[in-house]
Amino acid sequence: MCRLVAITSDEYFSPVENILALETMKEGHDGSGMGLILKGLGGEFEEMRDFPILSGICSREGINKLDSYMDKVGFRLKYAWTPKTRHVKGIEARDYYFARVYDYPDVYRDRSFEDKEALLLKTRITLRNLGRDDESIIVFSFYPDIITLKEVGDPLQLATFFGLDKSPLKAKIIFAQGRQNTNYAINLYACHPFFIQGYGTMTNGENTAFIPIREFLSSRGFPGYIGYNSDSEVFCHILHYICRRLGYPLFYYKDVITPLNDAEINMRPDSEAVRFLKMSLRPLCIDGPNCVIGFTPDGTCFMVQDAKKLRPGVVGGVAGKYGLMSEECGLDSAIPERDKSKDIFPMKYDMVIVRPGAGEVEVWNQLHG
Amino acid sequence: MEPATRLDNNHELSLHDFPYIIRWRDDRCKRCGRCTAVCPMFAIEPAVMVQRVLRSEGSLPEPKAVRRVVTIIKQSTDIGKYCTGCATCSLVCPNDAIEPEYNPRHKFIFHKNKGGHPYRRGGRRNSPGPSTLDRLRFTRISMLTDPALDAGRHEFRIRTYLGRILPAEELPVKVVGGRLEVDRKSGKFIPPVREIYPVMIGSMSIGALSPNMWEGLAMGITYLNEVEGMPVVMCSGEGGMPRRLLKSRFIKYFIPQIASGYFGWDEIVRAIPDMIEDPCAIEIKYGQGAKPGDGGLLMAHKVLKLIAEIRGVPMGVDLPSPPTHQTKYSIEEAVAKMIQSMYMAWGFRVPVYPKISGSRTAKAVLNNLVRNPYAAALSIDGDDGGTGAAYNVSMDSMGHPIASNLRECYLDLVAQGKQNELPLIAAGGAGKRGNLAANSAALFMLGASAVSIGKYIMQAAAGCFGDEYNRCNVCNLGRCPRGITTQDPRLYRRLDPDVVAERVVEVFKSLDVELRKIFAPMGRSTELPIGMSDGISADDPAIAERLKISYVC
Repeated sequence: MCRLVAITSDEYFSPVENILALETMKEGHDGSGMGLILKGLGGEFEEMRDFPILSGICSREGINKLDSYMDKVGFRLKYAWTPKTRHVKGIEARDYYFARVYDYPDVYRDRSFEDKEALLLKTRITLRNLGRDDESIIVFSFYPDIITLKEVGDPLQLATFFGLDKSPLKAKIIFAQGRQNTNYAINLYACHPFFIQGYGTMTNGENTAFIPIREFLSSRGFPGYIGYNSDSEVFCHILHYICRRLGYPLFYYKDVITPLNDAEINMRPDSEAVRFLKMSLRPLCIDGPNCVIGFTPDGTCFMVQDAKKLRPGVVGGVAGKYGLMSEECGLDSAIPERDKSKDIFPMKYDMVIVRPGAGEVEVWNQLHG
Repeated sequence: MEPATRLDNNHELSLHDFPYIIRWRDDRCKRCGRCTAVCPMFAIEPAVMVQRVLRSEGSLPEPKAVRRVVTIIKQSTDIGKYCTGCATCSLVCPNDAIEPEYNPRHKFIFHKNKGGHPYRRGGRRNSPGPSTLDRLRFTRISMLTDPALDAGRHEFRIRTYLGRILPAEELPVKVVGGRLEVDRKSGKFIPPVREIYPVMIGSMSIGALSPNMWEGLAMGITYLNEVEGMPVVMCSGEGGMPRRLLKSRFIKYFIPQIASGYFGWDEIVRAIPDMIEDPCAIEIKYGQGAKPGDGGLLMAHKVLKLIAEIRGVPMGVDLPSPPTHQTKYSIEEAVAKMIQSMYMAWGFRVPVYPKISGSRTAKAVLNNLVRNPYAAALSIDGDDGGTGAAYNVSMDSMGHPIASNLRECYLDLVAQGKQNELPLIAAGGAGKRGNLAANSAALFMLGASAVSIGKYIMQAAAGCFGDEYNRCNVCNLGRCPRGITTQDPRLYRRLDPDVVAERVVEVFKSLDVELRKIFAPMGRSTELPIGMSDGISADDPAIAERLKISYVC
């Protein structure tokens, strides 16, 4: 079972905080991968929030392919960040880790953000396909104000490897996952957190309904619903589908992945609509066992459980800084000053929501809507 | 001099040509005559024969040959009076003195066409081997990485939808004040959808079934809904329904079927103004898996008073249902209009769906229905389904197995992104060897939203004798020894409708437990695992490849 650490704050902080929290849960991850997503970037990225950042890994040949494709499309490199990697025993260094800020092609400068997002998605997929066979290009995200880092290895060692302890890289929302590889081959594309067009999630637990969900998403006709090297990637795409494609408020995500029974739906003020959702989105019911932690484009973070509550999950913190984690020891590490008695362990009907700025925690109850 | 034909009995059949040979034990038989009285085929009859017996009665052995006349039970070698192996004789024999024995080397099929009439029968395809469904196993067992659920503790919702489901993009909802609301002004047609139990009783008509059998099924269904809270539904078959049921609140548990003979529909249409509830759905039958492309015939001797009243026809006339609907010349127009007309009859409040035989052409039908926003589902009836009467050649040689037919239709829907919009109902062979829960679950995982059963419930609820060794299978003759498929009161009074109803309830309750026992270890409980094809595997690589599932050995 993977270990999850999400921290949202009104001040910039280092991803090392997440990694130290993951370290306290060391029994639960096996070094088969770590993923980091940073949102609400500080430091040198703060001034470039409107420009897309391409995060990934390339081989020497891959970077040439990447550059020539980006040139062809018309993206202009504005800034390139690469971690100052150090040799760490057990971690096999790849040629080039990067987070590169680009300016949009001229023809897109005055286009709507939706058009730009579509271009970014298409570019990411093309780059992914360009490097798929020889693993010369691996791209995790291409979106403004998002940096993604993923590599195989123990999280703490990876922090040393990437030099994160000495890096000025900071953000206000950071998601980190320490991977416990289960059924699937070790593959960086299988490493959480997953991201698509402003939405990100990470999950622990197997997804028993993976195949019908994958088939449903793949057949929506949306180019971004691909990949699925991990059964957990669907949770991110469901979130995107519900909130972005269908335009539903965030809490309907909970209604879709863990639908209520008929008697329960009758208690809801929006029962008629909820009943429609249950029918029309039936293949997206997750059936567990899963704890999903995610964020939306505006920086809202949330945690939900499957309907059987078969995975651990806890939310706690102080005004201005909250953690959403798979285990309490992680919270103790990241936010020791909090009042532990106010920690929230979301149950089957709960969606715990922390808005941008991390002022407070809301618990939305599915039964009452 | 006698002709040679008389001496060598040439052109006659011996018992070894027959599929069942009666084993009668002289020493046990008390000559009560029950066996000969109940035999539906008159295959056995009391007879006399001369026996030569050696007897010795004195104190010293002095054997004497005595010739005496004894009464025996004799099996006929008339092909018209063949023993069907039903074993009603064994059932009634007080001394276990008689039983039919299957003769695997029989040549029955070579001879059963006297007068140029091909062999007709009821029952099912005589294929006793395991079906494809029986060769599928549930292999994705949740272990330590994803805890299995507890069939006894967790909440299970074994339900499905019957009706056209709108894609989320087309739902008439809008966000108002941070919540979704149904947009009443959209004018969008919202198809009616029923939440039902995913295993339903398939179409068997009053007429094909005896009044007691149909009533027993209907009572069982009603009890399951009203008392057990299990929304099991049942299709009427072609031939209408009793008027008092049409006008009752229980009609919501039934699916009236309209087929090519339109029997019973005068009465149904007349009852519409008096209906206090809508039916669950309407099934339009275009084909039947057991006799694809063939029509039906309710023989005149089955058309007694009750049947004639329900069907709105005179008594004692043959009631043929043509192989096709005579007015249906195209699926795009005529069939679409028929579907819409049926919707219109109930104010667009009742789902209407067609049923077809399993066929290589099923995908063509499916794709037409996908484009018809009123088509509520597609029921596909595979070749292991049953029938009350058909030509043997139709049953044994025609048709398409349900597994691959269903799978390719489901994957076709997936390719179009419509897998949740048009439910597929799979029929024809679920529970063929008694494994109803396993077969049904496998069909769900191959892509079925619901499963329809017929033969299984006749066997489980009423003890139908039929099997794939051509046992009994005389549903067409109106001589059903169990009283299931007969209109003869002397026969159907053997069947107690209350016992049938009780068995229906028992069958569905145990099915429900078994389905949980399958779903729980696979980590599924909240929604039916439709299309969860990673959950099943085949023990044959060719089957696995065809069904696009894994192969295990």
